[in-house]
Amino acid sequence: MLHGIRSIFDRQFDDVRTELQGMSLLVDTAIDRSMQALAERDINLANSVISGDEEINKARFQIEEDCLTLIATQQPTASDLREIIAILYMIVEMERMGDYAAGISKTVILMEEEPLLKTFKKIFKMAEISRQMLSDSIQAFIKRDPDWAHEIATRDIEIDELYKIVFQRLIKIMAKEQDMVTRCTYLMWCSHNLERMADRVINISEQIVFMTTGTLKEFE
Amino acid sequence: MEAHEPIFKIMNLDFYYGPTIALHQISMDISPYLITALIGPSGCGKSTFLRCLNRMNDTIPGTHIEGQILLNGMDIYRQDIDLANLRQKVGMVFQKPNPFPQSVFDNVAFGPRVVGSARNKSDLEIIVERSLRQAALWDEVKDHLNENALSFSLGEQQRLCIARLLAVQPEVILMDEPASALDPIATLRIEELMVELKKYYTIIIVTHNMQQAARVSDSTGFFWLGELVEFSPTAKMFTRPEQQLSEDYITGKMG
Repeated sequence: MLHGIRSIFDRQFDDVRTELQGMSLLVDTAIDRSMQALAERDINLANSVISGDEEINKARFQIEEDCLTLIATQQPTASDLREIIAILYMIVEMERMGDYAAGISKTVILMEEEPLLKTFKKIFKMAEISRQMLSDSIQAFIKRDPDWAHEIATRDIEIDELYKIVFQRLIKIMAKEQDMVTRCTYLMWCSHNLERMADRVINISEQIVFMTTGTLKEFE
Repeated sequence: MEAHEPIFKIMNLDFYYGPTIALHQISMDISPYLITALIGPSGCGKSTFLRCLNRMNDTIPGTHIEGQILLNGMDIYRQDIDLANLRQKVGMVFQKPNPFPQSVFDNVAFGPRVVGSARNKSDLEIIVERSLRQAALWDEVKDHLNENALSFSLGEQQRLCIARLLAVQPEVILMDEPASALDPIATLRIEELMVELKKYYTIIIVTHNMQQAARVSDSTGFFWLGELVEFSPTAKMFTRPEQQLSEDYITGKMG
């Protein structure tokens, strides 16, 4: 039994895992706040999401740096090595999700005082599902559960359905009322960002499967 | 983290074997409660440097140094330095475990008996137990304290040598390839032990095994042809070395 033998490595590795969870919370908060800014037309909140993106970027670089040090100093192999590689991909995906949240916030600023549209509910549903997917994927990572990761990825179907509905409704409105075109376009950007967010979680899930099983495959 | 004064301050150190210069203008500050690793190819001067730190080289005729080595601000090459006292403060662990052919207890009790740090038998027993615990050996040997040290495995013997050294409460532990005679598991145990020990001691380790330096140390010095090419935090040395020579050595392009 090799109990206790590799604790230097384990301690350093645990720190990186904790940092990864911390980063996912930053991203989740950014999405939540960007949607709140959208709902309430809160320019200040939107601005704070945009400036807060720097913190997400910093977290990503810190984790990248720590992974680099782990690889260089601890010579990880097999599942350890796969996990570090997975983490390196996951943080890039999460960082991009943060960018989408900042993108939604920028749109909120562009929209200024424009009134709400009724298709909003579906857009919020998209954000809700994306956030749950992210949070679950981090749990699946911690629990090293490839089946769960796979299941999380399938929820993207629902996101795609919602996106399609939102898209079609917006097109319809634009076709009818010309003065709605700008507003609808902005909303289309927001929903597109949310749709992309969920795609990023699929990539994260693929990494969890790689890390736990060693299989590199793209989910359908 | 609070910045500590360096425990060792080495300034412009030159070392000569007769007329041959083996170390040239080495200057470095060694921080306390950290592990400093010295790496470099054979003959680069890293072991010679290590032995300068407790004046082990004095035993080799025809050697001399220039420059200064300060231990807590005190010049250890001053004429009136008590060498036994210096080597108590700056102990050394060697490549091959070298326990005395005596019992485990007597090995660890040797130092305290010589320096007279134990007032009585129970005092001595306390020191022996504490030292063996610190060396992560107590559980394995507590029922065999009277057995001959040489009957234990090499890994255990090496930890016993570390316990023997801890019994005289050094400030600095010099390790010269402490794991090169050991198997991978025993090696990892020594590495884990080093990380534990740095809470109380300063450790300077010479190793041929670059991966070992990377795994355990906080700072790494790279020696090449008697010179200190680079002295950097270990994470930096192994991800972004400053010198091309260090880069070439670490990546295996030379040496």
